Amino acid sequence: MAKTIAEINEKIKKGKAVVVTAEEIIDIAKEKDIKKAAQEVDVVTTGTFGPMCSSGVLINIGHSKPRIKIEKVYLNGVPACADLAAVDIYLGATALPDDDPRNKIYPGRFNYGGGHVIEDLVAGKDIKLQATAYGTDCYPRKKLETWINIRDLNEAILFNPRNATQNYEVAVNLSDKVIYTYMGMLKPNLGNAYYCSAGQLSPLLNDPYYKTIGIGTRIFLGGGVGYVVWNGTQHNPNVPRTEEGIPKVASGTLAVMGDLKQMSPEWLRGTSITGYGADLTVGIGVPIPILNEEILRYTVVSDEEIYAPVVDYSKSYPSGSSEVLCEVSYAELKTGMITVRGKKVPAAGLSSYAKAREIAQILKEWIKRGKFLLTEPVFLLPSVDAGITFKDLKERPIE
Amino acid sequence: MQKRKVVLTFPPSLIDQPVTYHLIRDYDLVVNILKAKISPKEEGRLMIEISGKRESLQRGMNYLQELGVEVQPLAQDIIWLEERCTHCTACASICPTKAITVDRKEMKISFDKEKCIACELCVSVCPYKAIEILF
Repeated sequence: MAKTIAEINEKIKKGKAVVVTAEEIIDIAKEKDIKKAAQEVDVVTTGTFGPMCSSGVLINIGHSKPRIKIEKVYLNGVPACADLAAVDIYLGATALPDDDPRNKIYPGRFNYGGGHVIEDLVAGKDIKLQATAYGTDCYPRKKLETWINIRDLNEAILFNPRNATQNYEVAVNLSDKVIYTYMGMLKPNLGNAYYCSAGQLSPLLNDPYYKTIGIGTRIFLGGGVGYVVWNGTQHNPNVPRTEEGIPKVASGTLAVMGDLKQMSPEWLRGTSITGYGADLTVGIGVPIPILNEEILRYTVVSDEEIYAPVVDYSKSYPSGSSEVLCEVSYAELKTGMITVRGKKVPAAGLSSYAKAREIAQILKEWIKRGKFLLTEPVFLLPSVDAGITFKDLKERPIE
Repeated sequence: MQKRKVVLTFPPSLIDQPVTYHLIRDYDLVVNILKAKISPKEEGRLMIEISGKRESLQRGMNYLQELGVEVQPLAQDIIWLEERCTHCTACASICPTKAITVDRKEMKISFDKEKCIACELCVSVCPYKAIEILF
């Protein structure tokens, strides 16, 4: 018998909803038959905690006296975008101070960037703001230097255009030199491998065709409450999938938003990737309403059934071809050792499975205690039938 | 046989003396040099793994102290900031001595200082600066 989100919410309000994590449901479905489990379980919670470059914070600092229409702005020395209204500022996770040596001293360390400013801001630390402007009749001020603090801002909104990618590549290095990538330090000749997904706990791998997740879905975001506001950039449903519908390469993505003032530095972490750059590690948990058997069946997916493509990051990835060397399951990846071209390769994560598990548990508790109600999406994320084609850039040389 | 990892700090007056040679020859100790450097202040720092009979080891340590060499256990120089660690496991696969291991059930890191040789590979790999080596 099918359920509606409204019916599930009634149960949540009464404290009677049956909520389990995407890990717990695997064993429940093994013990009971799917039909029975679908009747009994109301919500399955997911989680992921990994570096997500396409993240940032939108703040409004309030107007100064006299007023300023900020043109250029730095937060703790990190440049942010002020190309909006007078005192609206967007700080991206990968922004770097002008005087950061980058990779001039190779490999760069990227000790402090946008992601670190976001962690400090959400932690309630004072942030040094330095702004300049050209001055107008209505906004005469040309320079502003002040401490700001999240509690004094009109708005502080986490707005991440692409997070929670559904599946991801496993990076290896076929060359004879060490390389430093956004997927970590890769030793030569298949010396090691890095992966970056929570696998069976990952939100979109538990709803592979986006049958419940859409615009307006309420989620755990950075320790607070957030929303799915659009599909993420590079959302690409039309990829090869397993028979159960699990994408075999990176596929769907989420754009998410939420009130930064509610969030916590525990779940928004400044991240330094040697040789690559600064980043933000974001905690996200999405609840999946078990509306029917089909939806339950998707959430039962386990690490043994999710395959990630292994890609060479020395030549194939940088050139843009991303040729797949082989596929490995998350169950294999989580043993710490995979086999590529007949060679045993030590594998490690960049996304924390332990923290993903913690997020799914926290979200489960929120729902069980009636603190967190599910929302009906305004419309669902575009799926395989939406006619999306993923485009590489077609360069047109400028004469 | 006893084994320990220590950091020796040499005052400027000793940095050109063959102290390690005497440790090996006069005290019959096995010395494995993990790292060595002389700071701009002309202070020498030597990270070694040292092993031998308990008695020889004690005599060797006395010799160092009499000379004015400061001896400190290596473990003091290595700090795992557990509250900064996210247990992503990125460091585990590159640790050459298995000082960092993963509990595969919990998917959590544990760090055994005794096995650490302070190679610092994990320091450059950790995205959260959760390991500090102060050598």
